[in-house]
Amino acid sequence: MAEVLVYVDHVDGAVRKPTLELLTLARRIGEPVAVALGSGAEATAAALAEHGAVKVLTHDAAEYADYLVVPKVDALQAAYDAVSPAAVLVPSSAEGKEIAARLAIRIGSGIITDAVDLESGDEGPVATQSAFAASFTTKSRVSKGTPVITVKPNSAAVEAAPAAGAVEALSVSFSAQATGTRVTGRTPRESTGRPELTEAAIVVSGGRGVNGAENFAIIEALADSLGAAVGASRAAVDAGWYPHTNQVGQTGKSVSPQLYVASGISGAIQHRAGMQTSKTIVAINKDAEAPIFDLVDYGVVGDLFEVVPQLTEEITTRKG
Amino acid sequence: MSLRIVVTVKYVPDATGDRHFAEDLTVDRDDVDGLLSELDEYAVEQALQIADEADDAEITVLTVGPEDAKDALRKALSMGADKAIHVEDDDLHGTDAVGTSLVLAKAVEKAGYDLVISGMASTDGTMGVVPALLAERLGVPQVTLLSEVSVDGGVVKGRRDGDTASEQLEASLPAVVSVTDQSGEARYPSFKGIMAAKKKPVESWDLEDLGLDAEEVGLEGSWTKVDSASERPARTAGTIVKDEGEGGKQLAEFLAGQKFI
Ligand SMILES: Cc1cc2nc3c(=O)[nH]c(=O)nc-3n(C[C@H](O)[C@H](O)[C@H](O)COP(=O)(O)OP(=O)(O)OC[C@H]3O[C@@H](n4cnc5c(N)ncnc54)[C@H](O)[C@@H]3O)c2cc1C
Ligand SMILES: Nc1ncnc2c1ncn2[C@@H]1O[C@H](COP(=O)(O)O)[C@@H](O)[C@H]1O
Repeated sequence: MAEVLVYVDHVDGAVRKPTLELLTLARRIGEPVAVALGSGAEATAAALAEHGAVKVLTHDAAEYADYLVVPKVDALQAAYDAVSPAAVLVPSSAEGKEIAARLAIRIGSGIITDAVDLESGDEGPVATQSAFAASFTTKSRVSKGTPVITVKPNSAAVEAAPAAGAVEALSVSFSAQATGTRVTGRTPRESTGRPELTEAAIVVSGGRGVNGAENFAIIEALADSLGAAVGASRAAVDAGWYPHTNQVGQTGKSVSPQLYVASGISGAIQHRAGMQTSKTIVAINKDAEAPIFDLVDYGVVGDLFEVVPQLTEEITTRKG
Repeated sequence: MSLRIVVTVKYVPDATGDRHFAEDLTVDRDDVDGLLSELDEYAVEQALQIADEADDAEITVLTVGPEDAKDALRKALSMGADKAIHVEDDDLHGTDAVGTSLVLAKAVEKAGYDLVISGMASTDGTMGVVPALLAERLGVPQVTLLSEVSVDGGVVKGRRDGDTASEQLEASLPAVVSVTDQSGEARYPSFKGIMAAKKKPVESWDLEDLGLDAEEVGLEGSWTKVDSASERPARTAGTIVKDEGEGGKQLAEFLAGQKFI
């Protein structure tokens, strides 16, 4: 069976969920061979084997942390040369897309970004994508070279499928471009203890209607009662009420949770672009005409300062 | 020596319009009004600020697109860019990101550059890969997705706010930079700027000018194929209640019914 390269997104050996989802999709096309780079690369092997990786190619070097993107492209290309895979799958993070794009040029292949589903077809893997703020669904495929496809988080279920996951050292020689962009400083993000926005099953978001940084405590309290991640509209982020990392929408994160709760958000097209594919959508807005109500499964026309605390209290009571 | 900045800008269908696909499954650019991609305004803005700081700088805005894409160039010129290049050719219709990066790379090389500045993503394709593709093709450093950028003594520095960390980056020119919408509000063209833009030079180049063949670009030269595009069914109308004092409880009841509580 053909091998499929899967680029592993991990933090010091802890594999991030979208990579495990990628393994599920990779198994529809062939046998997943994972590529894990940087500090902790070998520690990823157990989780990857558990989810279907037949092999885990690893390499660590200071270059991965000290320079932007290109060292990882060099390594992925080395893995490509070693394996001759039927496809290369990469998680659709900002960095993942850039790595995939540069690899595609090098190996003379077409690239598809932000797939939300993947199936095997007569002429190679077929990717499903969302277009125009998720108002269209397209099916496409790579028509030249080895398909390079980046896949969005939450595109498949994580499934256990134990495989050998044998660790093999990848041999990598860095290109002249590898050291072009130096990383001169790095400030890690502080963890909030809440689920990762793009991975969360429930997302609770606040917008301009929240009217102040201090009021976001109301949104956070609701999120915590549901075990949810917190999101924000760009209006709330631009006002400085919530960090940009939590922004949902075209220029923020795109989320596709089981439940999306929008409070004080009008539902502009750029916001919808990042949340429209959520399974269930509910909204609280005092304006009955707000476009967000066109999307909802359940909407409450009312003042969020009344409705949200009551909702949080009711949830807390019901959960006992 | 003058700092030569090339800003790549895209002409896109208005996101608030009714966007759809044409019969050949390319983005329909006829039925919806087009404009300069809003995210590229941030690239023009940062170019203007970098030029202000430099002793001597020249900003060229570059687009690859249909005839109407001139509107995007005019807007960028009215914001303050010095001149424009429009790569226009009937054979370009349907070019994908890989093909676009090829055309941009040829055009940037022909124009001459020290610094290329792009937007973070186009608002129609939203791939966000063209700057990386361009850097790969040009063989120069990529310093992308910056929320802060400055150029000093032949070195570009910037801050990239990623998922897990915020990074300070640095590279020697020539380089390809892309900036996010966090990089700072883009200016509105002034009346004076709009008048001045009318007199600024706009060059038009075709594939031959760039030494490219029709087979390398366009729908035929594209390395990806869209097989189908279908409109997402509208979400079925949900229940909407007016809060009469019990709105939060009613919503909780709904969520419990859906097994979220
Ligand atoms: C290129 C580009 C990219 C963009 N990217 C994004 C993006 O990634 N994410 C994003 O979100 N936006 C994005 N935007 C901005 C987008 O167009 C909207 O401006 C933004 O989403 C509006 O945020 P909002 O809904 O919070 O604010 P508003 O549109 O001002 O809506 C606030 C809502 O709150 C309601 N409200 C006020 N007070 C209360 C109350 N007490 N109780 C209940 N309801 C109340 C109001 O009725 C109103 O509907 C982008 C725009 C552009 C041009
Ligand atoms: N046809 C084009 N002409 C000029 N610049 C473009 C074009 N397409 C993309 N770009 C540039 O590349 C950036 C990212 O685009 P994309 O990868 O298509 O999302 C844009 O913000 C532009 O700066």
